[in-house]
Amino acid sequence: MILLILLGVNLAATILLAFIGDRKRAPELNIICSGATFAASVFLALSVYEKGPIISGNGFFFVDAFNVYLAVLTAFVSMTTAIFSRRYMRVERSRGKVGHKGMRFYHAMYQLFIFAMLLALLTNNVGVLWIAMELATLATVLLVSLYRTPAAVEAAWKYFILCGVGIAQALFGTVLLYFAAERIFGEGSKGLLWTNLSAVADRLDPTVLSLAFIFFMVGYGTKVGLVPLHNWLPDAHSEGPTPISAVLSGLLLNVALYALIRVKVLVDGATHSHKAGYIMMVFGLLSILVASFSLLRQKDIKRMFAYSSIEHMGIATFAFGLGGPVATFGGLLHMLVHSLTKTTIFFTVGHASQMHSTQEMSSIEGLIKGNPLVGWGLMFGVVAIAGMPPFGVFTSEFLILTASIKNAPFFTPFFLLGIAVAFAALFRKVMPMAFGKVPDNQKPIRVAYVPVIVHMALILVLGIYLPTFLSQWFHMAVELLVR
Amino acid sequence: MNVSFAAQLNSVLAALILLTAFGLLAQRRIYGLLHIFALQGFFLSVSTAVVGYSAGLHHLYISALLTLTLKVIVLPYILYVLIHRLRIHKEVEEVVNIPTTMLIGIALVIYSYHLTAPIRELSDFITRSTLAVALATVMLGLLMMIIRKKAVTQIIGFLALENGLFFAATSATYGMPLVVELGVALDILIAAFIFGIFFFQIRTTFDTLDLKAMEKLKEEE
Repeated sequence: MILLILLGVNLAATILLAFIGDRKRAPELNIICSGATFAASVFLALSVYEKGPIISGNGFFFVDAFNVYLAVLTAFVSMTTAIFSRRYMRVERSRGKVGHKGMRFYHAMYQLFIFAMLLALLTNNVGVLWIAMELATLATVLLVSLYRTPAAVEAAWKYFILCGVGIAQALFGTVLLYFAAERIFGEGSKGLLWTNLSAVADRLDPTVLSLAFIFFMVGYGTKVGLVPLHNWLPDAHSEGPTPISAVLSGLLLNVALYALIRVKVLVDGATHSHKAGYIMMVFGLLSILVASFSLLRQKDIKRMFAYSSIEHMGIATFAFGLGGPVATFGGLLHMLVHSLTKTTIFFTVGHASQMHSTQEMSSIEGLIKGNPLVGWGLMFGVVAIAGMPPFGVFTSEFLILTASIKNAPFFTPFFLLGIAVAFAALFRKVMPMAFGKVPDNQKPIRVAYVPVIVHMALILVLGIYLPTFLSQWFHMAVELLVR
Repeated sequence: MNVSFAAQLNSVLAALILLTAFGLLAQRRIYGLLHIFALQGFFLSVSTAVVGYSAGLHHLYISALLTLTLKVIVLPYILYVLIHRLRIHKEVEEVVNIPTTMLIGIALVIYSYHLTAPIRELSDFITRSTLAVALATVMLGLLMMIIRKKAVTQIIGFLALENGLFFAATSATYGMPLVVELGVALDILIAAFIFGIFFFQIRTTFDTLDLKAMEKLKEEE
């Protein structure tokens, strides 16, 4: 019941906002709908916390500690992003960057995107998971090209084609998985339900599942933005509207990684080896290194933070590849804190580029003097994302590092090198923007205070003290993933 | 129709699908591409029906019908209308080195057979030998997307790739569950509308549907 409300709100909002998305109160409606989704997700989480995993709708939905935490995160961040989007999109609308139809389309697709991600998280059917991932891509493709500039259209086309092809590989993987399952379950939907598959994972054919994992890795890996499949990501993040960059980076990448991890559990069970883990570690490490060195060369502010997202998804992938309770715990925490931190950064970056009417970093200056919240918010976010204590990212990276030293010492130097280079690059680029005098081209705008402050508080709290319910939750999720 | 006849018929259809995949690689005229694509969809649909008949699985008829409507009628029609509206039906694409492309294609087919060998040993379906063809169709679609530089041809390559996936589903597993097949079909339909919108966006922004114009977003040296 609560599941249907959770998914239904978004779907209803999509249809409603498609018609009234440009009315005066449409952004508020967008916030209210996202807020309702968040409330429903909290109720769902509480019932999972009390009663354990839920299977409902004839096995169509499956909710356990792992996916419910991501669902709450998705609903929460989509709510705060909707609050940010209210002021941000009003400025864009008044500057004529987007028109009447554009606004309606924007609001409708925003809700559809959230719906697709929640469906991907909560479904038990691996095939439906694929469909929802594809739907999430399709909903955001035309949002990336919302401004209709040549660069935006190019970025959207790249996103459409690369993710379309990438995710097609994942469908092939799904076919192979179903092939292996059919030998046990026979014909029908039963063979695609994750709960059934994980129960018999050790009886699935190892050769077929290894082959399937390669296709899943390439397919969902493209959506996670892992190097060398990452080419669409910096373009799509830099050319779309900033609220979309925030949710793409903070949420969609997480959902894609979630899909990959679900599959990995099955493959590990079938092959009784660590092969899938090694593949993920190599992809993750490569992403960390390539992205951190690419950070140094960026001129566009949103593009730079897009590379930072690749780096952090690399870290999380590396952690899940490592396996073991400590690294998995670190990986789960990292997905959470990266999502919160990166969206904070995108909120402030969006306002900063609106104040200067450009995304070129060389033209942005004196943010702290111009608008303390934007300036300090950006500094705060960068300090946090670079992995300085006492923020959340430090905790998760420290856990992953500890596990890496213990279990994969050979990989550790590269991991550290990547983090160090990213740290240096980010500070070199951001300091001149935050400090200095207010330049002539800076115009004051009305900014969204609430989401930035709320996110900053959460990141700080998560770094200093992990609430008991959250750590228990992660322990439950770790138990599901590590066997 | 006995089982071995059905298996043979299915192999012939698989060969025809592979042939059309190569045809797409070599064809330079846009209408020609469209016809070959529709033909591929038709073979796919017939093959699905044959498998459904010989294995006695009635849900495959629905999936065959779905393929017939979507891949043979709706998508080619949408593309046809788009091509007409955009006035690009007379364009001939410059494709360099068709012989080399064909050779790469053949290598990909052999590689697909190599890759699917362990699966063929496991399966006892009549369709098991066609899984390699399905994977080859996927890879040939991918190859087409890499070498072609026009937006419309890339999309046709993408849809051919999707055909390969459908074929893989019927040959490896006698079709995915109906929920999944319907969902995938819905996604493809949405994708069709999106690329339709895209063609117009690209045309109005760049004055051409040649993707060579879109090379602005790169890492600067």
